[in-house]
Amino acid sequence: MVSNAKLLMDVERIREDFPILKRTTRGKPLVYLDSAATSQKPKQVIDSVSDFFGRYNANVHRAIYELGEEATREFEGAREKVAQFIHARSPNEVVFTKSTTESINAIAYGWGLKGAMKAGDEIVSTVMEHHSNHIPWYFVQDMKGVKMKWADINDDGTLRMEDYDTLITKRTKVVTVTQCSNVLGTINPVDEIARRAHEVGAICVVDAAQSVPHFPVDVQRMDCDFLAFSGHKMLAPTGIGVLYGKQERLEEMEPMIGGGEMIREVHLGSAKWNDVPFKFEGGTPNMAGAIGLGVAVDYLNGIGMDNVRQHEMEMTEYALKTLSGVEGFHAHGTTDVRKRGGVVSFVLGDVHPHDIASILDVEGIAIRSGHHCAQPLMERLNVPATARASFYVYNTLEEVDRLAAGLRKVLEVFS
Amino acid sequence: MPDLKELYQEVILDHSKSPRNFHKLADANRKAVGRNPLCGDQFTVYLRVEDGRIADIAFEGQGCAISKSSASMMTMAVKGRTAAEAEDLFDRFHALVTGKKGAAEAPDLGKLAAFQGVSGFPVRVKCASLAWHTLKAALEEKEASISIE
Repeated sequence: MVSNAKLLMDVERIREDFPILKRTTRGKPLVYLDSAATSQKPKQVIDSVSDFFGRYNANVHRAIYELGEEATREFEGAREKVAQFIHARSPNEVVFTKSTTESINAIAYGWGLKGAMKAGDEIVSTVMEHHSNHIPWYFVQDMKGVKMKWADINDDGTLRMEDYDTLITKRTKVVTVTQCSNVLGTINPVDEIARRAHEVGAICVVDAAQSVPHFPVDVQRMDCDFLAFSGHKMLAPTGIGVLYGKQERLEEMEPMIGGGEMIREVHLGSAKWNDVPFKFEGGTPNMAGAIGLGVAVDYLNGIGMDNVRQHEMEMTEYALKTLSGVEGFHAHGTTDVRKRGGVVSFVLGDVHPHDIASILDVEGIAIRSGHHCAQPLMERLNVPATARASFYVYNTLEEVDRLAAGLRKVLEVFS
Repeated sequence: MPDLKELYQEVILDHSKSPRNFHKLADANRKAVGRNPLCGDQFTVYLRVEDGRIADIAFEGQGCAISKSSASMMTMAVKGRTAAEAEDLFDRFHALVTGKKGAAEAPDLGKLAAFQGVSGFPVRVKCASLAWHTLKAALEEKEASISIE
C-alpha cells in the first residue's frame, strides 16, 4: 500500500510552514484534499495579516501620516507583486476585488449591463463553467436581451474546440472560459480561444480561479482582455480577489461600485471617475487581504510555479494510478495529466458522494462532495454530484494512499 | 467522537439499498418536490390523503444513503397517520437527529430511532430531514419545490 514513489519537491519542508497541517481531525492526522475549494495558509501569510493590524494599520491612500504611508506602500507593493506574477504590463492593470466572483460580476456589469452590449449580441461560454462564470452573464442575457451559447465537452472532459467554429460569429461580443475546470481539472487552450475571439472583435474573459494558484500564467502571452482569480485558493486570506484587465479595456469600462477612492471629483448630481485601477476600488479595500496576497505570491515564487505545476502533475498521476486500484473507482476527465490540473473528481460504484465524504471525514480526510457550483456540468455529465479530491503544494503521496484506504473503507460500509 | 457504525446502521443501509414505497403513486392527491441543492439530492413525495389521514404514501428520486433511507422509513412510519400526527412525528425526529436532549428516549419513534447517529454529523441533518420537509410541503399543499441548505 505505501508508496515507493518519490516527489520531486521537498513537501515535508513546505508542510512545516502550515500550522493547520499539524492538527488532527476526528482524532486522526488531517489529510486536506480540498484546496480547489480553499487552500490552507502558510504562517508567513498569517503573520503578515497580524503584522499589518499590529504594526501599521491605517487607511490606504487617505491617511496623511507615517502609518498611512507604510500601509499604502505595502498595499501597492502587493499590487506590483501580483502584476509581475501574472505578467501584466503594469500594476495599473490589477484591480483588487473581494473574489473571482466579484471580478466577473464587475466585468459583466461594466462591459455588459452598463457597456455597449445590446439585444442580438452574443456571449459564448462553455458547459464546464463555475456558477460564478454563468450567473453574471445571465444578468446581461436577461436585462439586455443578449443571447448566450455554450461550447460542449468531449467524452474525456476536454473542450470541444470545433464548437467555436460555429459558435463564434460576428455577433459575438464576449467569449468567456475557465482556464482550468474546478470539476474535471481540464486545462483549456485559452490563448487559442482568445485569438478566436479577437478575430471577430469580441473580448476574451478568463476565469483563472483554478489556474493562477497552480501553474504559471502569462496574461500577455494569453492575450486575454480580462482575467479573474481569488487569493484564498492561492495561500492568501479570504476576501481578496483580483480583476486583471488590459489597461485600455479597464479605461473603457464603467465601475460597478461607487463610493470613496474611486472618484476624481464629485459635485451634487455628477462625478468624474478616478484613474484605473482605483476607479474600480470604491470603499476602503481589504488591505490586510491584499498584503497577505502579496506575501502568498512571494511564497509561491519561492517554490517556483513550474515546480508547483510539476508537483501537482506527479500527485495527479499517482492518484489516478493508485485510486484506479480501488473497486468501482472512476475518475472524470482526461487521463493525460499534462492536460489537467490537480483536481480529481470521481465516482465510487453507486455510493453517493455525500456518503463517501462522511466516511472519509471520520478517517480524517477532507474532500469535497456535491455539484461544485457547476450544476450545468453535472447535468451534462448526467450525475447528481461528484466526490472531488484536489491537491496543492503541501500534499504528499502518502495522503493519496490514505485516500485509497479510506475509499476501501467506504466500500466495506456499503458492501 | 462520532461513530460510523452509529450513522450507517444496518437498518439504514438496508433501506438505502432497497427503499420501500419507492414508486410513483397513481392515485395521489398531493405531492411535493424537495431538493437539497448542496448535494444534488432530489425527492418527490406522493400522498393520498383521505379524511385528513395519509391513506397511502410513496416517493421517488435520488439521494445519499441517509436521505434515501430516511425517506423510505418515513413512508412506513406515517402511513395511516393524520397530518397532525405526522408533523408531530417529524418534530420528534428532528429533535433526535439534531441531538436535542432526551429526544432519543421519546417513545413511539420506533425504527426511526436508528437515525440517532446523525446527531454526531451535523452536516448530515439536512440529508435525514429532506424527505420530511418535503412531506410537510405536500401536506400543506404547497405546489412549489422546497430547498433546504
